[in-house]
Amino acid sequence: MSIEVRVPTILRSYTGGQKVVSGSGDTLAELLANLDAQFPGLRGRLVTEDGTLHKFVNIYVNDEDVRFIGALDVKLNDGDTVTVLPAVAGGAGQRGIPGGAGAV
Amino acid sequence: MLTIDASILDAIVAHARRDHPDEACGLVAGPVGSDTPTRHIPMANAERSMTFYRFDDREYLRVAREMDDRDEEPIVIYHSHTATEAYPSRTDVGYAGWPQAHYLLVSTREPDVTEVRSYRIVDGVVTEEPVRLLNASPDAVQRYMFGHTPVSVEYECPA
Repeated sequence: MSIEVRVPTILRSYTGGQKVVSGSGDTLAELLANLDAQFPGLRGRLVTEDGTLHKFVNIYVNDEDVRFIGALDVKLNDGDTVTVLPAVAGGAGQRGIPGGAGAV
Repeated sequence: MLTIDASILDAIVAHARRDHPDEACGLVAGPVGSDTPTRHIPMANAERSMTFYRFDDREYLRVAREMDDRDEEPIVIYHSHTATEAYPSRTDVGYAGWPQAHYLLVSTREPDVTEVRSYRIVDGVVTEEPVRLLNASPDAVQRYMFGHTPVSVEYECPA
């Protein structure tokens, strides 16, 4: 079983510069563990310490952002493509509000 | 230094004005490794907010694939601040995930003048850079306020 994984520029230092790598796993969680075994440290850029997806990356399985279809529990099939993109977001944020509402 | 054609900057500013007071966002693609912005791609702000922006996940995937097919990468990633200065916020810095890109901030807080400033954001460090505008009319330089002055402007000489 082989899943094609497309890696953005900022994470290619973990994959020896490769843009496309291969992994396996029945779920996204398993795939990320498999990738981390091949490319140590990669998983830590995608998953936080409490086991949720990092908000700074978008992960897609085929055409779907995994946030909306089960996140780390998404089931994978042979031949699926997983694409990782750095999230593009930000903004001025709210200022002058006591107690927060600053950073997302 | 960001080198950009005035027609592209005009299009970016027009986009920011159109979406004001919501923040506008988008990118300018160019050939991989060229550092030359050539193709302006305004994006939807999925937050539709006056203080936050986010690339819509589906549109972003489509655009990323398209750039890949065309051997392009994002040269400029821009968004607008509609009530504050054209300087990256902490959130902006946190999300800066394309280290080779020029992060362009446009402020539409004043109706008559648009502030345009460009930055590199690498490993959480913000460095402002000058903007070199190509093919600009003298009028363009009046309508914009650039972070670094004097802005370098190149005019195309008619043959």
